[in-house]
Amino acid sequence: MHRIAALALALAAAAGAPCALAQDAKTEIEKYQQMIADSSPVELFELQGETLWSKRQGPKNASLEHCDLGLGAGVLKGAYAQLPRYFRDADRVMDLETRLLHCMTTLQGRSREDATRRVFGNEDKPSEMEYLSAYIAAQSRGSPMAPGTAHPREAAAYELGRKLFFYRAGPWDFSCASCHGEPGKRIRMQELPVLSTRAGAGPVVATWPAYRVSNSQFKTMQWRINDCYRQMRMPEPTYASDLTVALATYLTVTGKGDLYRGPGTKR
Amino acid sequence: MRMSASLRICAAATALAACAGAPVAERHFSSEGELREVQAVLKRDIHARGSATLARLEPDALQQACNLNGNAPPEALARQLEAEQMAAIRYPAGSLAGDWRRGEQIAQSGRGLQWNDGPKDVGGGSCYNCHELAPQEASFGTLGPSLRGFGKLRGNTPEMQKYAYGRIYNSKAFNLCSQMPRLGQSGTLSEQQIRDLVAYLLDPESPVNR
Repeated sequence: MHRIAALALALAAAAGAPCALAQDAKTEIEKYQQMIADSSPVELFELQGETLWSKRQGPKNASLEHCDLGLGAGVLKGAYAQLPRYFRDADRVMDLETRLLHCMTTLQGRSREDATRRVFGNEDKPSEMEYLSAYIAAQSRGSPMAPGTAHPREAAAYELGRKLFFYRAGPWDFSCASCHGEPGKRIRMQELPVLSTRAGAGPVVATWPAYRVSNSQFKTMQWRINDCYRQMRMPEPTYASDLTVALATYLTVTGKGDLYRGPGTKR
Repeated sequence: MRMSASLRICAAATALAACAGAPVAERHFSSEGELREVQAVLKRDIHARGSATLARLEPDALQQACNLNGNAPPEALARQLEAEQMAAIRYPAGSLAGDWRRGEQIAQSGRGLQWNDGPKDVGGGSCYNCHELAPQEASFGTLGPSLRGFGKLRGNTPEMQKYAYGRIYNSKAFNLCSQMPRLGQSGTLSEQQIRDLVAYLLDPESPVNR
């Protein structure tokens, strides 16, 4: 962690350099990104997730080991790369977190309220969903991202996600496309991928969920969407709602094809 | 991605002068009914949190026009709605230029109106998120145009102060589907804060102009 803090200081110094050195700063940032990837604590989250996957919990005192993520009960290898997809038993399109929530309520007998009490953790205490997401996503490393597209409900989720992506609303009149709609743009020093294109969305969906060095936290795609709504000055999207799943579906289908190489490590 | 009507027309007749320089609007909604479908999903799947109430999801005529027309509404409608936005700008009496030092802090701050901002938190303009301003600040965004040397290029005249004030208060009065938030109209910035930003942009002593 000390090493990461030192690197963060180096980055801050690079970012504070005069404008003429912008290109140097960019090179420094790329070097820094490589270094943080090399010293990422993602593995620790994966290990903790593995423990939680087999931990008996809830009124039914059951683990999640029989949770069907789409490839059969308990099959984890390559499962994350095929999400979001339609699940007949729930009659819904689900992303990883929505499906985990479903398994917590059905297999473990937990209430939705109990299972969603704390879905986004912090530096001191990551959440159960974050640990589980790290563990499960890691089992898809090397698998091509191939979310469901054939079922009519999957097509409908994509279409709704696309509309939500471009729909401007709220006190700042923002849509997702306000920041992620044009190539080569930045917020401050942060480069913004164009998430309506394969080239922009591909590397994003192939590396989330991810560890964020800037706040020493592991973050999920549900969190990423939630935090964009916060920054758009909108009220809060409900966790694992059809709205959030539709957006995740739109992004994942738009960016499908890359080999999954997460959980990633971000600035 | 479907090709928009205007894009198809341009593709079919690139030599037509009517198409030259016209913005290519990509439309994502084909009817008000489609907008209502999305609005219904937002109302169902979004809840109030902190100061961010569900009232924020109510679309106004401007948002409807921009959403429905791929951010390029028909000329007459755009001019009419811009005039309505312009008429709603409230200019304070007296000087429109405040203190550029305070303006710098407001330009740096990205707080305000988020559900995690407390009611007593002072909001900012988030200017550096999207614009280059003073050359000393290397961490600037590029979603908006560079404003470096803004006042040096234009002069610190009463007319320019009025323009800058209006543009910050409600950018949509000048360009209906501008990506810039309506910072005064939305209650993000106070009258005094906008005056301070006007000074930050135009004052010859401001680092923006030095």
